[in-house]
Amino acid sequence: MRTLSARSVLLGLAAPLGALLFAVLVCALILIVSGHSPVTAVDSLLTSASRPRTTVNSINSAIGYYLAAVAVAIGFRMKLFNIGVDGQYRLAAMLSAALAGAAFMESLPSFLRVTMTVVAAMLVGAVWAGIAALLKVTRGVSEVITTIMLNAIATNLVAYLLNPDRLAEAVPGSNNISTRPITEGGQVPGIAIPGSTSALFGLVFLAVAVGVGYWFLFGRTRLGFEIKATGLSESAAVASGVSVKKMVLLSMLLSGAVAGLIGLPQLLGSSHSYALDFPPGLGFIGIAVALLGRNHPIGMAFAALLWGFLDNSSTSLDIAGVPREIVLIMQGVIVLSVVVAYELVRRYRVRAEQRDVGRALAIQKSPEEVSV
Amino acid sequence: MRRMRGVRLAAGLFALGIGLASCASDTQPGGDGGTSGAPAPSTVKVGLAYDIGGRGDQSFNDSAARGLDKAKSEFGVEVTELEAAQGETDAQKEDRLRQLAESGHNVIIAVGFAYEKALSAAAADYPEAKFAIIDSAAPEAANVANLTFAEHEGSFLVGVVAGLKSKTGNVGFIGGVNTPLIQKFEVGFEQGVKAVKPDATVQVKYLTQPPDFTGFNDPAKGTTAANGMLDAGADVIYPAAGGSGAGAFEAAKAKGAMGIGVDSDQYNLPALANVKDVIITSMVKNVDVAVYDFIKAVKDGQFKSGLQVYDLASGGVSFATSGGKIDDIVPQVEEYKEKIVSGEIQVKDTK
Repeated sequence: MRTLSARSVLLGLAAPLGALLFAVLVCALILIVSGHSPVTAVDSLLTSASRPRTTVNSINSAIGYYLAAVAVAIGFRMKLFNIGVDGQYRLAAMLSAALAGAAFMESLPSFLRVTMTVVAAMLVGAVWAGIAALLKVTRGVSEVITTIMLNAIATNLVAYLLNPDRLAEAVPGSNNISTRPITEGGQVPGIAIPGSTSALFGLVFLAVAVGVGYWFLFGRTRLGFEIKATGLSESAAVASGVSVKKMVLLSMLLSGAVAGLIGLPQLLGSSHSYALDFPPGLGFIGIAVALLGRNHPIGMAFAALLWGFLDNSSTSLDIAGVPREIVLIMQGVIVLSVVVAYELVRRYRVRAEQRDVGRALAIQKSPEEVSV
Repeated sequence: MRRMRGVRLAAGLFALGIGLASCASDTQPGGDGGTSGAPAPSTVKVGLAYDIGGRGDQSFNDSAARGLDKAKSEFGVEVTELEAAQGETDAQKEDRLRQLAESGHNVIIAVGFAYEKALSAAAADYPEAKFAIIDSAAPEAANVANLTFAEHEGSFLVGVVAGLKSKTGNVGFIGGVNTPLIQKFEVGFEQGVKAVKPDATVQVKYLTQPPDFTGFNDPAKGTTAANGMLDAGADVIYPAAGGSGAGAFEAAKAKGAMGIGVDSDQYNLPALANVKDVIITSMVKNVDVAVYDFIKAVKDGQFKSGLQVYDLASGGVSFATSGGKIDDIVPQVEEYKEKIVSGEIQVKDTK
């Protein structure tokens, strides 16, 4: 039940915007105290925002962040904390890269190759998250613990597989170890943007589709409703005939499947192989983005874009003489203050609703009192 | 935070292999440089892009920074330093190099092999600017100099020191992260030990597996690994493990054993002052010299593209004698150095 009154919209925006404003103020203060000019910082941020290349790079980063946020948010909806998104996507990216680069794939039509890669990545992600889900439903082990441990296991598994004797090859002339490069038919071509040397990842549409699917699942389907209901109150869900174990399993598998997709835009759009320097850590960024975006499909998109923009503007700040670390400070302050802001807004909302109810009751009551 | 450091080292070692194959007998760095000297630019504006960790990492990046500082104070050139972030993509590295070129920097140095792809894309669009990449033989371009190091030759020499100084005939090698590139430190070291003590035992331990690069920045892991080796009879430890090496030196100090530094002359590093007594020598990798030479060359109109190997012969790698703990055996080590330089001893760079 969600009525879209002006107040609920305002309250919904208050926390993230308030946190953002607070973070900007804190950063300005830090810059002033450390002898840097906030004006220069803002100026160089604006300069980088107007550069097409930075905009494209920001969106490309945001695509991965958004997918990570959705993966985390699916767990959050069920009150499950899937910290293992990071390991799930790294393992999925590595194994699907090995599959996409394999020689036998080269004879297949491009569409089939990409589809197989995407499906393989989702399966790997789901299986890895499924281990934690199984342990939770059969043995009652907290998913927070198991997913963190599975991250470490994924790291070592990838290290074991990323070896010239197994799934990787040492490319002559390069100092990296990587999986076999994915040939053109297995790649997803980018979308050329005028004035930018980098192309927009073609898999931006995959991220949009995942966002729409996420909205549809939780807004329009019975499964989504049951997951949400179980997250809100397990006992109430059981009373109305929902199997909690099934919901835990399903939401973890879904979360893992989406996590498997996180590395693909970068893999199929730019890297074309999984190497030692494949970007790590997106799973943890996803947690921050999901928090900031309130698990909302559109909110998380804005949060991911903000994160992507901040990450990609740091070089401009550096060139302007503003320490790039200010970006990290800003991101950290946003995450901390957004949590506090949500709690403040929640309390305010509860009080406001109590007031409303009290007023409504008083209005209903008064005629009766008169008649008595 | 310094996840790519091992890769960097490894990259250099790999590049080395190629370099040695093509110019093993060169006495000067710059064997197969492509183009001849370009006219000196009227003003030199230097941009330096660090790898993760940046200035202040007590290691690789700091060495590049030393070279930059020297060039700055000697030539009065304008410099800009930019740092890499953790987990960034090639596009972000490329953007960094492009922004340097766009803001008028005509001498651009990329520190670390991770810049390979980014440099390949950026250098093509700025033919007027001169680029250098440390520790990578790729990419090849008319305006790119590839500055690489022969770490396995330096490791051979400290291996000789370890072999001569060990009383138990048992020495340890600690690699930060198990990459093919750090394995080349191991291979050179082991060959050096065996050259003077054929029956010696060389214990080998890598702290982490890629893509977990914490092995370069975790002194506790260094201590644990070193303790294991010391308990098993080793009395000399060579940690090629960046910041983790400090932990290994502490373990060595507690047990009265010896340690060998890496990258810098670690006896003289203020950060390691409390364990300097155990550091008998260091495998010095002169990234600062490479950076300084490159800036000077461009400034003087002597820019050369292509692979330039900083090896024993050119003084790009060496062994340190600070502290005077190996004064008695320096002549012997120098003898081996001569043999490597003359080609009489071929140091392997792969297992």
